[in-house]
Amino acid sequence: MVIETRPPHESDLETIDINVNVGPQHPATHGVFRMVLTVDGELVVDLDPVIGYMHRGNEKLPENCDYRQVIGYHDRTDYLAQFNTEHCYVEAVEKLAGIKPPERAEYIRVILAEINRIASHLMFFGAFGTDIGLFGTSFMYAFRDRETIQDLFEEVTGERMMYNYFRPGGVAWDLPDNFRQRCMQVLDSVERGVEQLDGLMMENEVVLARCRGLSPVTPEDAINWGLSGPMLRATGLAHDIRRAEPYSIYDRFQFDIPTGKRGDVYDKLVVRLEEMHQSARIVRQALETMPEGPIMAEGLKRVLRVPAGEVYMRVESPRGEYGVYLVSQGSDKPWRHKVRGASFSNLSALRAMAVGNFVSDVIIILGSIDIVLCEVDR
Amino acid sequence: MSLVLISHNPWLESLARLAIIALLVPVTVIILTWVERKVIGRLQMRLGPMRVGPYGTLQGVADTIKLLTKEDVRPQTADRWVFELAPFVIVVPVFMAVVAIPFTADLFIKNLTLGLFYFVAVSGLSIVGFVMAGWGSDNKYALLGGVRAAAQLISYEIPLVMAILAVAMLSQSLNLAVIVGAQEDTPNIAYQSLAFIIFAIAGLAELYRQPFDIPVAESEVVGGPFVEYSGIRWSMFQLGEFVNLVLISILGSLIFLGGWQWPWSVFDASVPVAAQVAMMAVKTGTFIFFFMWMRASLPRLRIDQMMSFCWQLLLPFAFLQIIINGLVLVYDWPNEILIPLSGAAAAGAVYLTYRAARATGVRYQPGYQTVGSVL
Repeated sequence: MVIETRPPHESDLETIDINVNVGPQHPATHGVFRMVLTVDGELVVDLDPVIGYMHRGNEKLPENCDYRQVIGYHDRTDYLAQFNTEHCYVEAVEKLAGIKPPERAEYIRVILAEINRIASHLMFFGAFGTDIGLFGTSFMYAFRDRETIQDLFEEVTGERMMYNYFRPGGVAWDLPDNFRQRCMQVLDSVERGVEQLDGLMMENEVVLARCRGLSPVTPEDAINWGLSGPMLRATGLAHDIRRAEPYSIYDRFQFDIPTGKRGDVYDKLVVRLEEMHQSARIVRQALETMPEGPIMAEGLKRVLRVPAGEVYMRVESPRGEYGVYLVSQGSDKPWRHKVRGASFSNLSALRAMAVGNFVSDVIIILGSIDIVLCEVDR
Repeated sequence: MSLVLISHNPWLESLARLAIIALLVPVTVIILTWVERKVIGRLQMRLGPMRVGPYGTLQGVADTIKLLTKEDVRPQTADRWVFELAPFVIVVPVFMAVVAIPFTADLFIKNLTLGLFYFVAVSGLSIVGFVMAGWGSDNKYALLGGVRAAAQLISYEIPLVMAILAVAMLSQSLNLAVIVGAQEDTPNIAYQSLAFIIFAIAGLAELYRQPFDIPVAESEVVGGPFVEYSGIRWSMFQLGEFVNLVLISILGSLIFLGGWQWPWSVFDASVPVAAQVAMMAVKTGTFIFFFMWMRASLPRLRIDQMMSFCWQLLLPFAFLQIIINGLVLVYDWPNEILIPLSGAAAAGAVYLTYRAARATGVRYQPGYQTVGSVL
């Protein structure tokens, strides 16, 4: 590690910037992210992000798997938004193979993906509270509600984390009988919990003092850095792939795209908080109109052979644009499989956003990006 | 010393009282760690410890045994003596401060005439221990934490002492027993509400608890000066922290809440010792609960916000309280005039804090884009 010396100021006292290594084992790095801070006292003058500790070959491994086996790998890229990532992959395969999933399967996918967005944002609020020093109170508030969502997902898929439930052409099996009623219960309790979280965090004077005006991002910078999702919308740009390029059946639902004004950390909180309400709104509409019927497309073979070609499919995951690029050569395995992780692009802006702030602020700027390291490293 | 424990010989008697304190303090700390985990657990909708003993009451004992039997690790590159002595430098002054604290009118180790002065002087020494721990550990988190601790604890010592000084002016004494005795009719919190608020906030900062846990910030410097310590040495820091919590709480209840005095003259003549101890326990417990409550509900301030809050708000208002007291004393006005004056100043301080916290802007409703996309 190189220690830089800076020219002395007017006084003869020579000062040295020290390098502080934050991570890969540090409570605030949300996994195995590492950043080397060069600090001048409390001020961060340089930041060097180091990634790759979580690399598992998650893009290469699926190239040796059957199209249906790949779904499990997408649960493991973004382990907080599994349904959103699965959704992206199965839509990509369907687009390439020309499969039309039945109505009911589309509704199931949208409902589960939107509830998953709420769960992911709840996780964000819990972890962010810990970053800003809340001693776990926000964490417990958020996890109480996330737990009810996980119970619901467990009833549907039999799993609490790696659901592996969507399939090219539909979903694995139908919803349980009382799903509509259970889902409404969960939504009601979660929205009450979100209100409480709102009261705990958003009006708090300390949160206001810490987060308002911290590292504002202009829309131009956001586009240049390739930000997406809440990070982009916090700057004031209402870009949401569910609206800009509607996939699945998102064009049938009424929802708003919350945007911020300054792109500071507080705006990112506000946008995520509002998105939870909008997701609940979409789920309620979908539950109203969900038809009965088959859940899997007719006439699919046991081994799915996809005609040669390539496709790029992108969805709005809780962290931003999650994309899957597939190249098929007509076999039962994807020839090339590439993932565009939203966390990776958002994280690449960390240095520009963080340098010049205090150490404590860098921690919450990192927290506000809401990274999932499995998605960054893949 | 009207209450005789073993002998009329003052040396033997004092030694016996010291021994009682030395036994009582660690036990109190063990109980307090359990209480804190329970209180914060309830505030966070959890149960807290439930497994060891009924309602987890033996959790503190189990933790103590674990800490005592843990390996005492010292980093290879640490500055040996500075590293190993730092816990003592923190714990010894804290125990020395206990000597000057009266628990009831008759129950104390030594009734010092300059008790308040002694308390303030001795408890200020702990700062050295933080800097030693931060420097000696040869760890950058510890160094950052140590420097932060030095800045914070020295800064907040001043408003804390000023608030205490305001009370001493009013009571015309530095003897804690006399200060409590002077509050027989009205506790000082009524006359000195501004000093009380300053004392509570500066006390929170002296105990480095949320929102002032900047030196030990878990998510930034991972425990600050304590990051390299383990086992018995780490538990000494913990001991120091909790004894300090009790000391600040006792001091607050003595000089602001009237100590062992019962309100509204419940007992006509002399109050029994047990009732005095109970009253002290209630008042001290209120303070301790306040400190724990803050820990569970407030996030952390940034270091520059913390410093400017101290120097730009707490300190001028502490001086204001002293000026008000001085005017009242010099012109021999009745004490009752302090109630509106100090109350108004306290309201002003609270309003300025409220305004400063919102200086960067308040919450607004997010904008909505309902159709199309701009990209």
